[in-house]
Parts: sequence; C-alpha cells; structure tokens
Amino acid sequence: MDILEKLAILADSAKYDVSCSSSGVGRNGQSGKIGSAAACGICHSFAADGRCISLLKVLMSNACIYDCKYCVNRVSADTPRTSFTPEELSDLTIQFYRRNYIEGLFLSSGVLKSPDYTMERMISTARLLREKHRFNGYIHTKAIPGASQALIDEMGLWVDRMSVNIELPTEKSLQSLAPQKTPEAVIGPMARISEGIRSNLADRDHFRHAPKFVPAGQSTQMIVGASPDSDLRILRLSEGLYQKYKLKRVYFSAYTPVVRDPSLPSLMTEPPLMREHRLYQADWLMRFYGFTSDEIVSPKHPNLSLILDPKCAWALRNIDHFPVEVNRASYATLLRVPGIGVIGARRIVQARRVGSIDFEGLNKLGIVMKRARYFITCRGKVDVGVVFSPDIIARSLLSARELSLIPAARGGQMRFEDLPEMREIDGAKKDVLLLNPTNEVTEEYERRSEFGICV
Amino acid sequence: MNGEVNLVYVYDGTLEGFLCCIYESYARRQVPDEIRCEQSQATFFDRTEWIRTDTAHSDKVYGSLAEKICLESQDFIRDAFLTRHPEKEILMYRFIRMGYRMGRKVMDFLTDDTVNTLTKAVRNLHREAHLLKGFTRFTLYDNVMVACISPKNKVLPILADHFADRYPDETFLIYDKTNQMALVHKPEGTLLTSMSDMTLPPIEDPEKAYRTLWKCFYQTIAIEARENPKCRMTLMPRRFWHNMTEFDL
Repeated sequence: MDILEKLAILADSAKYDVSCSSSGVGRNGQSGKIGSAAACGICHSFAADGRCISLLKVLMSNACIYDCKYCVNRVSADTPRTSFTPEELSDLTIQFYRRNYIEGLFLSSGVLKSPDYTMERMISTARLLREKHRFNGYIHTKAIPGASQALIDEMGLWVDRMSVNIELPTEKSLQSLAPQKTPEAVIGPMARISEGIRSNLADRDHFRHAPKFVPAGQSTQMIVGASPDSDLRILRLSEGLYQKYKLKRVYFSAYTPVVRDPSLPSLMTEPPLMREHRLYQADWLMRFYGFTSDEIVSPKHPNLSLILDPKCAWALRNIDHFPVEVNRASYATLLRVPGIGVIGARRIVQARRVGSIDFEGLNKLGIVMKRARYFITCRGKVDVGVVFSPDIIARSLLSARELSLIPAARGGQMRFEDLPEMREIDGAKKDVLLLNPTNEVTEEYERRSEFGICV
Repeated sequence: MNGEVNLVYVYDGTLEGFLCCIYESYARRQVPDEIRCEQSQATFFDRTEWIRTDTAHSDKVYGSLAEKICLESQDFIRDAFLTRHPEKEILMYRFIRMGYRMGRKVMDFLTDDTVNTLTKAVRNLHREAHLLKGFTRFTLYDNVMVACISPKNKVLPILADHFADRYPDETFLIYDKTNQMALVHKPEGTLLTSMSDMTLPPIEDPEKAYRTLWKCFYQTIAIEARENPKCRMTLMPRRFWHNMTEFDL
C-alpha cells in the first residue's frame, strides 16, 4: 500500500478525534533544529466542517483488538486496515511542516496487538522526529489506556501534550458501550501524567535544564449523545478533571452514528451539534468566567437549554444580581453579564480608567449590546426601551425563529415518544423535547414557564 | 482648518518621514488637516507642504513617544504605520498630540474615536498576521522555500520574526503581492526588500507528491455529517484561499 492510501485511511479513522489545538507551550526556534511552538496555538487551515486543522491528525494504526461499539475502528468492523511505520510518519510530518501545512503531529492509534506494543510504535515516531529530524515543533499523542507506566513516562519526555480519552462520562455507559475498557484503565494513565507533570515542575524549579515532561499539559475527550448521560454528569466530571488532574482542556464530541447497534442512537440521527456547542459554552464559563458547574446545571435542571445560552440562562435565573453598573462593577462581576466576554470586560476596565463609559462607548468597545443592554446600567441609567423584567428579557433574547419552535411543539405537530432517539435530532427540535413535561427534565419546563415562554 | 484650504503635509512614505511631519508641525506651529505619502493625488483646494525626512528629527520624535507617553506607544505607532487604514497618518498624528497632553492614559482611552479607530486598525493588522502564520504555504524549489501572500495590511515585518525563528537553517522567501515586498531569509540573516513581481519555475516531482498528500489529508479530515461551509468561510475568509495548496487545482 502506498503512502497516499495509508494517509487516506489513517486520517479518515482519526477524524472523529476532536482535539487539534497546538496551544499550551511557547518554545523558540533553535539553530540546528526545525520548528517552534506558539503558546496561543496556530490554526493552519479549516476543513469543510469548519473545524480547525492545526496538526497532522492521524492514527499510527487503525487495526484494533477492542470492540467499542461507537468506534469506526472496532475489531468487528469490516474496514481496510493499515499502519504507518515510524519512519514513514516522521518523514511525512517533517515534509508537511517545512511547507507550513501544519503546526505539528497529533498521533493516536487503534490498539495494535497490545497497549504496550502500540505505545512503543508511537514513541519511536516521536523519537525519530525529535532526534533524527531535529523537530522542535508541537507533538500531541494519545496515551493508550492500559499501557504500562514506564512507557507513559517515556512518551511524556518526547511530546508536548498527552491525552487519554474518557469517551463516556459514567461507568455504566462505559460498560455498555466499551466493555473492554474500564474506568481504571482510563484514569490510571491520566493520574500518572498529572503526577508526572507535577513532579517535573518541581524538578525544574531546582534544575533549570531538567527535561520537560508534557509541557503543554493533558486533555481528554467525551462523546456526547451516544449514551443517555445528562449534561450535569458531563459538566461535573469535567470540573472534577480540571481540579483534580489539572487538565488543560476537556473536549466534547457530538456523536456521529457510524454503526447500527441496539444500544446506540440509530444511524439516521444527526450529531447533536447544538448540545455540543452549549457544553462548550458551559465549559468556557467554568474555565474563564469563574462559574462553577452547580451554577450552570443542577439536579433540578440537569440539562442545558438548547435555545438559550448558559450564561443568559444563569442571568435570568439570578436576575436579582442585575442590573450591573458598568462604571463601578468589578471585573469578576462584569464577566457574568451576558454579552460581555473576557476581552470586553478587560476593555471596560481599561477604558474607565480614563473616564466614565456610556452606552455608545460600550458599543465602541465591542460589547454585544444585543444581550448586554438588558443587564446593565451606564452612569446609573438603563438603556432606552429596556424593561427590567425576566419574562420580557427572555423573550427579547430569543430570535423569532427560536420562539416559533415552541408553539409548534405544544401544538403536537411533532411526536416525541422516545427520549434517547429525540435527543439526537437537530438542536432546535431537540430543545422542544426538553419542554416535554413527562421526562426527567420537567424542571426545565417549569423554569421556562416562569419566563413566560411556554404559556 | 486654515480657512478654506486644506493644509496637507506630504512625506516620503517611510515611518521616519511621517515622524518628521510631527516634528515640523510643532516646529512650524501648524496643525495639518491631512498627511499624505508622496504618491497620492493632490486636489485643487490643497495647500501642500513637502516634509523633508531628517533622521535626527524622526529619532527625536520617536524617543519622545517613550518619554512623554509610554514605551508601548512606540510599538503601537510602528504597528499603526503598517495598517491598511487609508487615513492612518492623520489618526496617528492626532493620537500622538493627545498622547503628549494625556501621557500614558491615551492608550486606555478606547472610547475616543481617534484612539478607537487606530486601535481597531492595529488589531486588524495583528489578526491578519496571526492568520497568515498558519495560512502561508511554502513550495520547495531545490531546498529553497517560496511562498506568496496577498494581505491587506503590511504584515511582513510582523511575520519575519515568526518564520525566521521557525526555520532558522532554511532559505526561504515570502512575497507580499499586495504591498510588493519580500521577506528573504538565509541562515545568515533576514532581509525585507521591495519586489515588484515574481515568476516561478514549474513544480517538480517530489513537491507534486507532497501537495497531493496534503490535499488528500485536507479532504479526508472533514466529517461529512458536520459540514459547515459558512463556519469555514468565517474562520478562513475566501481571499486567502488562492494562495493555499489545499485549494490549488
């Protein structure tokens, strides 16, 4: 098989992996080597699905001994199998890198023969790149669940980022969909990497030239929509991972059906892109806006609203925190206003050092007034036409299209007999499902009624 | 305004020349209505004054930015000069005048129209430069790497450090078609120069093969069920595509 065919197969099987970021580590170039790394990461292209292409994302091999039900590469799938040799792959990476096609390599793999054998192949590739090709750019590799600790420790010295995919947020879902993977096999390497990074940082305090271990940190990924787990479970788990293992990122991947199985959504279902989008918004709120998962979802409201973004939803539930006076509010308070982001809040703090800001000034600073105007005052004044009532604000925040979805559902034009099936239907329709008073998210419905949307 | 006529300063198009306009405006106690580079057209109502470039004067003005405003204002003015804003000179002039009065606070005065417009232009420059760190595509001709870009702003001075750092031992050339400039890097050093045109020999065999591989990767990596052309267009505007290998036929 020639390299072009291999690339086609091994990129195709790698594409469901979400992470493609090349961020987290800044490293200058060095004479005698090729490459550098930018802390903010650099996107080199965008694919037809709008996702960024930063790294050469391929599998070492798509042969796999496991039979995870959701996976294209499971052993029972009838698909052509192939593997790169470490030489082929390191060569391809360096040739792509010279032409500035990519920022580096993102290497994952099916489990070929055994977790340890697979890890060894991946380590050889990373090592060839660093030693033979003198590659100084970004390398992200997967740690294979079940691999020995010694191999994880070794790999960590060659790469910038490592990740272990959790795949499913509960043990129950893991058991039903990936029976050969145990939570321990996933958490084990993650804990090992986290401990490695911690002790490496301590070493580097004492010895300036100590080799760096996974300097860009670790990340993980969860599949959304393959199992019936709620957003609450997903977000609580993410929060725990950020706190306990100091993860840099938790990625969410809307499940794209690739296989027919009674325990999985049918092949006809669309990937739940809107739900994925809302989860990322919630994730951002936790990482950059100082929110805790409890503020975003709760046992009473276990799922994120698909119509309203989580920050607006929070603000409407906590309307007593508003309005906020932009000229006096602290940075942390500004961050909680819908329509004001991290950059916006920073600019407000910067600009008010010179003088007080009015509504026109906020516009100039790039604040999204469409949302922010309902939640703020400028010099003690509310914006023209704003009535401070949660019902009216909620209505104003939704577009006509979004509002129109709700009566359609209540008129009974769509059928929602079955919750798991419906969750996979496209964002808008699915949201209507959340209003269905018979399912577990009744509270969501009540909250809506409060805002006068459903009545 | 000086009565009915526009007072226009004309300079040689260099940053030093522009800084001399600041110097002269204070020396002559004049406030120009426009500052233009020498190639531009004068209109009937203009009273144009040619400003001679004198590096002693420009150095003095440049140093005064750090002294009277702040150190960052030097970078800001250098960057502002690279932007594509059609009235950047007069905006920079007003910014510096305000800065002399207000000091470092002028950098924070984002609600002021002059500061706001100039800050946005500089932001636009950096955003474009950042995108081009990723979107620039090299073609190899016997170990010489050549790329062509068509940016709106003069991004080459900003890209120079990035690419020289990334490929220290390579020889490469990046040609900026819009501004007719080129960045040339050899292991011995980096050089920015003007360049009016570039013709390249046909592509050889190993190069063709890598292009095919890249196109194959690019097409394979997208998930059909998630196709979203609008999102791609927003993140990677079409004007960049014609210089990129993945869209090359």
